[in-house]
This record gives sequence, structure tokens and C-alpha cells, in this order.
Amino acid sequence: MVAKPIFRTCGFTGLKIHDEAEKLIKINAVTAIVVLAVGGLFGLLVALTRWPTVHLLPADLFYLALTAHGIDILIVWCIFFEVALMYFASAILLQSRLATPKMGWVAYALMVLGAGITNWKVLEGNSSVMMTSYVPMQADPLFYVGLILFAVGALIACFIFLGTLVVAKAEKTYEGSIPLVTFGALTACIIAIYTISSGAIILIPTFLWSVGLISHIDPLMYKVVWWGMGHSSQQINVAAHIAVWYAIAAILFGAKPLSEKVSRCAYLTYIFFLQIASAHHLLVEPGLSSAFKIFNTSYGMYLAVLGSMIHGLTVPGCIEAAQRKKGFNNGLFEWLRKAPWGNPIFSGMFLSLILFGFLGGISGVTMGVEQINIMIHNTIYVPGHFHATVAAGTTLAFMAITYFLVPVLFGRELILPGLAKLQPYLFGLGMGVFSLFMMGAGTLGVSRRHWDMAFSDAPHAFAHAPAAFLMMGIVGVAACVAVVGGALFVLVIVGSVLFGKPVVHAPAAPAPAPSPVASYGNAEHVAVPGTFALALLFLTVFVLYYFVNWKYLASTWIMS
Amino acid sequence: MSITPPEQKVWFNEPVEKTEVIWVLIALTWALIMFAMMPLWHLKGTQNMSNEAYRIQPDVYQARVDAFVEKFKVGEEGHAKTPVVRPPAGSDVYMMARLWEWYPVLELEKGKSYRLHLSSLDWQHGFSVQPANINLQVHPGIDEVVTITPTDSGDFGIICNEYCGIGHHTMLGKIRVVAGK
Ligand SMILES: [Cu+2]
Repeated sequence: MVAKPIFRTCGFTGLKIHDEAEKLIKINAVTAIVVLAVGGLFGLLVALTRWPTVHLLPADLFYLALTAHGIDILIVWCIFFEVALMYFASAILLQSRLATPKMGWVAYALMVLGAGITNWKVLEGNSSVMMTSYVPMQADPLFYVGLILFAVGALIACFIFLGTLVVAKAEKTYEGSIPLVTFGALTACIIAIYTISSGAIILIPTFLWSVGLISHIDPLMYKVVWWGMGHSSQQINVAAHIAVWYAIAAILFGAKPLSEKVSRCAYLTYIFFLQIASAHHLLVEPGLSSAFKIFNTSYGMYLAVLGSMIHGLTVPGCIEAAQRKKGFNNGLFEWLRKAPWGNPIFSGMFLSLILFGFLGGISGVTMGVEQINIMIHNTIYVPGHFHATVAAGTTLAFMAITYFLVPVLFGRELILPGLAKLQPYLFGLGMGVFSLFMMGAGTLGVSRRHWDMAFSDAPHAFAHAPAAFLMMGIVGVAACVAVVGGALFVLVIVGSVLFGKPVVHAPAAPAPAPSPVASYGNAEHVAVPGTFALALLFLTVFVLYYFVNWKYLASTWIMS
Repeated sequence: MSITPPEQKVWFNEPVEKTEVIWVLIALTWALIMFAMMPLWHLKGTQNMSNEAYRIQPDVYQARVDAFVEKFKVGEEGHAKTPVVRPPAGSDVYMMARLWEWYPVLELEKGKSYRLHLSSLDWQHGFSVQPANINLQVHPGIDEVVTITPTDSGDFGIICNEYCGIGHHTMLGKIRVVAGK
């Protein structure tokens, strides 16, 4: 006997909201933010230790904090928030009931339990194996158990999302195709299922090995399969945060995609090509041939890069089109100047887009080149790159949409609106500077995951260039700025949820009038010259940076 | 809108904006250029990953390193008294990683080529030659052979940049490159 689903109508959007779905979205999102706060604190400790003049933690605690920071932010925070987004993009956007909400609670409990166990084992101090946990370095068996439980929970959430799509279709809660944002979430979900399977394939034997039931795991094979999970899991984030970009463009500007076809095909490139491109983590690995590396990184990666470059045009493009329709038609950039820069939903989203593209995207593609990777592998350039993608990109986008979700789902007004306005700038720009200077220090050879760049206890002497120390100092300062931004986010959101004034259902933004035009792609389309100019600027920076790196490579030792 | 179903039932038939077509073509062209660069560098460039690697038992590798050190040892260096080894140009030279040292110190001649063997006795380590900025992954059980030709003289630090436990940051070795006659 299934209870009849209960719905309410949202005062903001007019959407029909399923009660159980709403509860699950809230609990997953709140848990995500708690984890963000905890993981961010570990991040602060790591940053204060890598700041040469501060050098806060002793070595053992540093590696412990780094392991906890990596797992909590890269995996736990992102996935909890993505589960909330998947439920939102299915049940809420399709105005459907959520399939099997009871299983949603089971999934949630497994994820909390798994994350808790892994964190407990890391904090105990005998599982500082880093997020990558490369064998033959071994962690406590429960460390792997925690990750497996978390993964199983996330997998269940993925199937609930798919089930909800089936329910909505069957119960005809919408007509035609699913919305673009839901399509993006579906992309994230498909990649997540692939990723989690890959994780299970490697973590289960590793667990058996850690308890002595398997005698040996080949380190090279471990890495090949591990990165099948490790890289793709970051593509879940990308698919999800691009869906958030499209969602915010629609929510704030009433923007339509320039054309549904192009945006959706760009998502399809992720599904088809990105997993194989995980090989770009193995570019300086012995025992894998150049043929394998080039084959897997080139056709796979560059087609997925093409997908990202397309979104890089279509997301600001749809905003420009919507703004120009409203009359912001002067010059190339009036549409952008007159955008609501004081609204954290917009500023967070747009900073996320710019920083992700210019810093994360360009550096990622460049270091994914077999030969250039020789200069970058395992230097601090690598965390520089992925803080630009995951922190300045994904995390900032998730923060931005949270500012929208608090009034809609929790029915609360934001407290401290002034600080909320400042928050995306502090976090985004802090993270941007942080990433940029980490990349600089990496180019000068500073290692990642390293406690002492001065090598004080080493048997030999080596001194990095003074500029490397200066850059790591700037990294430390920028990290503190970003942490203040992150803390403000947690403060404003948690404070609003607990103490915010109840929203008097006032449809704040005038509901975007449904346009009679079928789509922007037809004869009445709006040209988007400003976006195109931005795209060309992006391409120019990309090409220059790419070839500068080849030139730099050509100046190092000859090797073959 | 992006949060509502597309207005036409079959989204695949919707027309495409011209700017998008142009951008897709530009981006595709750029992707193809990048696609060509890696194979091209294998043909024309002089910095490429080695494809030579063998499975090897750690004790066998250690025996080879010991024999190599004994044959070409010219001194000791550092507070761990790491042997300094000066092998002839063009020969097979060895660098062994273990918790937490690089062994031995190599003395090479600028502009000469060497077949450098890299392997680990225990965990994974990262072979990072600084400031030349060459970073290779070192695995236990795999003997990786890279032909290197140092192009500058001086003392180069060998940093371990793959986390390998609590003493990771002390894992610093050395290659000395001396100018040839
Ligand atoms: Cu090491």
C-alpha cells in the first residue's frame, strides 16, 4: 500500500513540489554543506602548511588533513550536492513524484555511514593514503569499506533519478522531451553509474587485499582502473555544474538555449568520449605505450573538450540573447554590464563559468598532452588545475544555485544579504588567484602532496627558485581569502535556513513570459556577438598558452 | 527555457543558430590541431616518453643497482653517505627509489646520452628532476628505461613527488651534470 504522494505549489515558480522529494533534496543539500564546511577546514590547514612562512602542521597531520580534504571535497561534498540536484532536476522540474522515496533515505543513510567511516579511519591516522590511495600503500580495511558504502548509496540515488524519469513519463507530468537541465543531470547520472562501477571494480579487490584475502594487486592495473573512476567522477561534476549554469540562466533571465540540438549534443560528447580519456592521468606511467596514451587521450578527450567549448559559447550566448531581447542592445557588452552583478546567484554562476573555462579548461587540456605532462605530472600545477575546475567551477556554481534553493525549498529569506553579495567574489576570486599561482609554482617544479618544499631534513640539498616560495606565499594568502568566502557561504546559508524570515510568497521576479517564438534558432534569432567575441578571446588565450608550453618543453633535457 | 521541456517535440530537428555553427567548426579545427600535436612531436620533437619498460622483481633490480654502483663508484655524498657514481657516456645507468631515498647520486656528462633505468623497491615514487622539470612515475616491479641527454650542467635535485609516507619530503636525490671536455 503506497501512500498518495503529497504536493505543494511553489510560491516563487508555480512548480508542483513533491513533499518527499523536497525533504530528500533538503537533507542531501544540507549534509553536503556541512561536509563542505568540514572539508574546507581541512583545506585551510593544508593551505596554511604549504604557505612556506607559516608551515602550520607537522608532517603526519598534514598528510592526514590532505587525505581528509581530498575525499571530503572532491567526493563527498560534490556527490551529496549532485544527489540533491538530480532529485531537483527530476522530481521538481518535471513536476513529478520522486520514485521510491524510501530508497532515497536508504541511499542517504548509506552515504552518511560510508563517509563517516572513511573520515573516522582517516582521522585515526593510519589511512593517510591520499584520495588516490595507490597500492601497494595500504589503508585500514574500513577506509575502503566506507568508500564502498558511500558509492553504493550514490548508485541507489542514481537509480532513483532514472526511476523518477520513468515515473514522470508514465504519469505524463510533462510533454515532449525532458528539459535541457534534466538532460544535463541525466548525463551526470549516466557518467556516475559508469564511474561508481569502475570504483567498485577496483575498491572491492583492494579491500580484500587489505584484509589479506588477495595477496597482490598490480600497482599499474590499479591505477588504470582507479582513474576510470577518478577522472570520470570529475566529469559528473562538470555535467552537473553546466546544468546549473543553464538552470540559472533560465531562472534569472528566462533564457532559452540558443538551440536545443547543439547544447544536447555537447552533453552527448561527454557520455560517449570522456571516460576513455581518463588515460590522461597515466601519461608518464611506465609500461603503458605511447600508442595507448595517445589513442585514448586524443580522440576521446578532444571530442569531450569540444563539448565543453560548445557549452562555453551556448551558456553565455543564451544569456546574451535573453538580455538583448529585453533591450540591452548597445554595443558588444551592454547585456553583460547590465546583468545583476549584485545577485549572488548570477555573480557566482558567471564567475564559475569564466574561471572554469579560462583557468580550469585551458590548463586541463594543456596538461593532458602526453609530452607536456612530463613537465606537470605531480607538481602543484595539478591541484592548481583542479581547484580551478572543482572549487572555482563546480563548488561556486553549486553555491550560486543554493542561493536560489533556500527561498524556494526552505521558504526562508537570506540573512545578511550584504555578505551574501560579497561571498561569490571572495570565494571565486580567492580560488582563481590560488589556482593561478599554484600553476605558476608547479611550472617552477614545486611538488604536490609535499610537506616541506625547503627539504630541511633531506640527505642532499636542493633549493627551489625564490619565485616559487613567493608564489606559494601568494597561494596561502589567496586560500585564506577563499576560505573566508566559503565560511560566509556556510554562515549565510545555515543562518538563513535556521533564522531567515519566512518568505511571504512574493513572486520576486516577474515570471518570464512564455515567448511565442518557437526557438532562437529560427529566422527570429538574436545574434550574440558579445559572446562570440568572448569565445574568440578564450580561443586566443588557449592557443597561446598551449604553444608556450610546447616551447617550454623543447627547452628541457632531451629524452626518448 | 532550459528548465522546461523544449518547445518542439523532437529537439533534434530544431534549427541551429549560425554563431553556434561557426564556433563548433572553429572548436573542431582546434581539437584536430591538438589531436595532431602528440604524434607529430614523436616524429619531430626531442622530448618524448619512453616506451621501454620491463617487468622485474625488486630484488633483481637491487642486485643490478648494487653491481652498477660497485663498478663506477667515485665517492660519497650527503649525510647518508650516498655513493656517487660516474658511469661512461652511452651506458646503462640506474636510479633506485625506496623509502625514503634515491640511490645512488649520478654524475653525468652534459650533452651525452644515457640509458637511465628507474624502478622502486617498495611503493610508487615520483622521479622529479628539478629545475629541469622532468617528472616521471616510478613503479615497483617495473624497470623503466628512458634515454636522457642532459642539456645543462649543474646540480639537479631529484624530488620524490608521489606521496610515499611520512618521510616523503626527505626523499631527495641528486644528479650532477658536468660539462664535457
Ligand atoms: Cu617517494
